[in-house]
Amino acid sequence: MDSVIWSRLLTTETLAFHIIFATIGVGVPVFISIAEGLGLLKKDPHYLLMARRWTRGFVITVAVGVVTGTCIGVMLSLLWPQFMQLAGNVISLPLFMETFAFFFEAIFLGIYLYTWDRFKKPIYHWLTSIPIIIGSTFSAVFITMVNSFMNTPAGFTIDKPSGKFTSIDPIAAMFNPATPTKVAHVVSSAYLASGFLLASIAAYFILRGRNHEYFKKALKLTMIAGFALSLLTILAGDFSGKFLAKYQPAKLAAMEWHFETKKEAPLIVGGILDKDTHEVKYSFKIPYGLSILGLGSPEGKITGLQDIPKDQWPPLFIHYTFDMKVTIGFYLAAIATLFLLLWWWKRGNEWHPWLMRGILLAGPLSFVAIELGWITAEVGRQPWIIQGIMRVQHAATSSNQVGLIFVLFTILYCLLAVICTTVLYRLFKGKGPEKELIERKWESDVEVVNS
Amino acid sequence: MNLAYIGITVLWLFAYGYLIIASIDFGAGFFSYYSMLTRKEHVVNRIIERYLSPVWEVTNVFLIFFIVGFIGFFPDTAYYYGTALLIPGSIALILLTIRGSFYAFANYGVRKNKIYMFLYGMTGLFIPASLSTGLTISEGGFITKEAGTVLFHPDRLFGSLYSWSVVFLAIVSILYISASFLTYYADRAHDFPARQQLRTYALAWSMPTILASLLVFWGLSMHNPTHFARALDYAWMFAASLVCFLGSLYLIWKQKKFGIAFLLVMFQFAFAFFGYGISHLPYLLYPYIHIRDALTHTSMGWALVAAFIAGLFLLVPAIVLLLRLFLFNAEYVKGGKEGK
Repeated sequence: MDSVIWSRLLTTETLAFHIIFATIGVGVPVFISIAEGLGLLKKDPHYLLMARRWTRGFVITVAVGVVTGTCIGVMLSLLWPQFMQLAGNVISLPLFMETFAFFFEAIFLGIYLYTWDRFKKPIYHWLTSIPIIIGSTFSAVFITMVNSFMNTPAGFTIDKPSGKFTSIDPIAAMFNPATPTKVAHVVSSAYLASGFLLASIAAYFILRGRNHEYFKKALKLTMIAGFALSLLTILAGDFSGKFLAKYQPAKLAAMEWHFETKKEAPLIVGGILDKDTHEVKYSFKIPYGLSILGLGSPEGKITGLQDIPKDQWPPLFIHYTFDMKVTIGFYLAAIATLFLLLWWWKRGNEWHPWLMRGILLAGPLSFVAIELGWITAEVGRQPWIIQGIMRVQHAATSSNQVGLIFVLFTILYCLLAVICTTVLYRLFKGKGPEKELIERKWESDVEVVNS
Repeated sequence: MNLAYIGITVLWLFAYGYLIIASIDFGAGFFSYYSMLTRKEHVVNRIIERYLSPVWEVTNVFLIFFIVGFIGFFPDTAYYYGTALLIPGSIALILLTIRGSFYAFANYGVRKNKIYMFLYGMTGLFIPASLSTGLTISEGGFITKEAGTVLFHPDRLFGSLYSWSVVFLAIVSILYISASFLTYYADRAHDFPARQQLRTYALAWSMPTILASLLVFWGLSMHNPTHFARALDYAWMFAASLVCFLGSLYLIWKQKKFGIAFLLVMFQFAFAFFGYGISHLPYLLYPYIHIRDALTHTSMGWALVAAFIAGLFLLVPAIVLLLRLFLFNAEYVKGGKEGK
């Protein structure tokens, strides 16, 4: 195998691993802050403990996020030197600002972790959670801007004979056409997945028969947020569809197996593709669906793959990754809605074991959706590393030792995954919130018996 | 001053920042492990932990900042260094990953064990060794460009006396910087047994530091005479560095004013590091990358400078707050205030 394949594999592996922790890193602080804020507002020790316990787990995952983020940050230059040389000229500003945002977050995380009881007014401690949220969310915003640039490069002109970039406009590069929809979709889905992760932990304990108010409050909090965020994420996804139809028709067409340019295009769900005839069998078709998704009207004319040179087609398997992530997105919205309806409806039982199982499943599923969505977005850009400007195979390092490095990093990530899980398991094993509330004298034994 | 020089000065400041705070961190890991082996961990480890816990994450950022900024200001460096540093860079990344994550696992997780202490101690020595190859490569002779492809020659790197002298200097400097800082920190905490122990470490590593720097000079004079000759133009900076070193050594020896002593150590390395940097210019990589040719477009360069200044307005107050809460908070240092 050549260095291009190895470089792609190593980048894929690193990002696939990193985005799990990055998602937690962006989303969970929001929930920690909400819990602590509610706890202070309602003077409710359950929420205060929730913030502490979530933080305790969070900091382990954040460490893995930091180190793998460092890896991918440096790897971009090590594996894709030509890409960084070119992109560095135009898009290094948000990359630079991302470092600042992370710096800001790291400082306040250090403060937040070690000052639970140090301020005379507890509200000051809560206030230090705000810069953490700002820092982590803006890290995501800035890095997504860089990715957006790869999809819709802007902010420069190419000097024809030399092929060099001239008249650079860093701000226009940052706010390229893909930025608004991508940023909205990435941030809302990171919040969403984090919410469902925390919800699924609470649901797990409720299923195991732990009926302390703590778990129920945790689930209600995350489900309310999950409901709102799932709608936002679906909305952001819809905007992404409109964006793709206009700026990256090849990606949209590959996602939808849409070959012939036409109006009133149906949305194809699932199915099997005949590679030679481009006929789709066994699929479920939503009439006018694609035209509505792409252009907001059944009359919309959607570009098909036949009007795109074949050497610029993205791999067609992204149809499946796209369908699966959308399905999961709707599943999350449905289960949160169901929970809220049963809660609101007096005779409903929102703690029904089957509903709890559904929520338990939703946590891991939301992370599967994050991975699938990322695969759809990145593979859908192929064969380009910078759409229309630079192909992936022209960007990779000339070194022939990437294979060895790939093996080393694979071992490293496996090790980290195992140890991280073990550490988290040991951290919470046998130390339930019920016990901790009593230890902290925030709740007496009697209360626990009564509840 | 033109943009290229503003850029490289900012970046070099961050590299210097990384040098100091990462040294403290790396050395601390080594001393923790060493004191465990010699059964003295009860003496020094509490001091080390109290300092490191709130700040470890910040350390990595300095490095990333330097790398991202370097590529931002001088995009061509990505191409040359990216190709050349694949192996040493990847090794440094793996070690940094192990170090960072294991630190968190042990510190925020449940318990410590010997494997963790070992990894934490050893990575602290190997990371600087692998990172220092970046500086070595910048002197030229390890990268050639043939038919438009950048070729890296690891055999030359491993066979070079200069390369090994830099590795040696990196390791002993770390131990010296770290020990002199921790001595000061222990003094502030009024932890006198720890202070005594750490002071002996500082004294022990002082002479090797100077020896190693002389070795590096000697190696440089043979490897890159041009750079060596330019370094002699800035001889006063290296002389000032030596004076600061002698001052700090005197204070640590006499056991007074540990704070000033550490400040002098910082100046010692500042003079040497900036003397090295300024004499290295105008080349960012001998003889391929000249600072003028490598500079990014003016609009991007100024945008980065603007972002940097705006960022400082955000970061400086935040860092001051961090330092006030932990480093310069007498009660925290002494262990009066617990967090978790």
